[in-house]
Amino acid sequence: MSDLTNRKPETGAFFARDRAWHAPALTPGYKTSVLRSPQRALLSLDGTISEITGPVFGQSMIGELDNDLIHNYARPGESAIGERIVVHGRVLDERARPVPGALVEFWQANAGGRYRHKKETYLAAIDPNFGGCGRCVTDDEGRYAFRTVRPGAYPWPNGVNDWRPAHIHFSIFGHGFAQRLITQMYFEGDPMIWKCPIVGTIPDKRAIEQLIAPLDWGNTIPMDARAYRFNIVLRGRRSTMFENRPEGN
Amino acid sequence: MVQELGYLKETPSQTAGPYVHIGLTPNFCAIEGIYDTDLGTIMVNDKTIGERITVTGRVFDGAGALVRDAVIEIWQADSAGLYNSPAEMRGAADPNFTGWGRCATRAEDGVFTFETVKPGVVPFRDGRKMAPHLTVWIVARGINIGLHTRMYFPEEVEANQADPLLLRIEHRDRVDTLIATREGSTLTFDIRLQGERETVFLDI
Repeated sequence: MSDLTNRKPETGAFFARDRAWHAPALTPGYKTSVLRSPQRALLSLDGTISEITGPVFGQSMIGELDNDLIHNYARPGESAIGERIVVHGRVLDERARPVPGALVEFWQANAGGRYRHKKETYLAAIDPNFGGCGRCVTDDEGRYAFRTVRPGAYPWPNGVNDWRPAHIHFSIFGHGFAQRLITQMYFEGDPMIWKCPIVGTIPDKRAIEQLIAPLDWGNTIPMDARAYRFNIVLRGRRSTMFENRPEGN
Repeated sequence: MVQELGYLKETPSQTAGPYVHIGLTPNFCAIEGIYDTDLGTIMVNDKTIGERITVTGRVFDGAGALVRDAVIEIWQADSAGLYNSPAEMRGAADPNFTGWGRCATRAEDGVFTFETVKPGVVPFRDGRKMAPHLTVWIVARGINIGLHTRMYFPEEVEANQADPLLLRIEHRDRVDTLIATREGSTLTFDIRLQGERETVFLDI
């Protein structure tokens, strides 16, 4: 991001994570977590240079169609099937400052709720023109945007009749390795959000609502695509006003 | 009433799910033609300075079964102990070393592998030295929030004994869960999500 901004690199440690805002490791309603959840207490430690630092992802690594899931896997002249949407938003930190140069990666099922993956067995059809992944690097205001089709809901083996609400997976890489985050975006007005065991791993309703993207009518492109806005917040850094000098110096 | 701090809440994490490879390593799961290569597969080139090592391992669940659908990311200093990051204020890192790697565990045997260099020593917050280490992050289906841990080197006996993070581990028999085993230039670091030999994970 140094090529995007004159801002001095930030070197403060990150705010401690509010673990009560996130899902706990063990959430029996989501069965796979039962054997994959650490049971010992995490070792809590203020961030060191190993977590405060992180690699740089430049705009130059992004291909022209990387943020267009309608076309980045489609045969020439064709496009993915489904409701055309634009998903856009900003990556901010907990201090409400933009995070420029953040790598935002996303993946999703096709319009029928089918992933392009050999382990996927749902009977909905594969769309030959839909791969299901894309990426952006945020601009100097922390903005990202991509085109896609609205993913379908799909059933999954957990309870006898569990379905995932329509969702898009997001991976976000900010400036420090400690900010690393993977999450999922849901769509405003979907009644299935509140039936989903994976959504239900998050204990606080306000936290769940932070994952629901509103329809952004103002940014809808007439005769083309509706827009949804999804802002993402990464951990914020402490100010360095009293740091980086040993006590007594 | 008092002034409002105006802080935002961090976006809550959700599991990476069973198809995380589609998003993070699409070429690995046969979605080809969107990206030339998967990000994070190449950390070194011919000019990278330092001792070449291979870091490999597997992830196990609480029943001892392999986790074959994980993604592992590592972040480390170069051989001189400098991070290739704008927040590195102590000097310029080796431009031929990215410091960051990403690898999926293979479906057939659950193995992840990184070709990298051994990192140098970096300072703890108070100036004490930290033993050479890799910062490790694990996501997979069933993991609600990515797990942070570290890998240390078995030949660094003295440095490990003085490492400020390893010293913080109360149950001393768990220190070994963060120390790889070594054979030649290959370091093996198995990660146990749960159970008797559960890896020490970090809230950092």
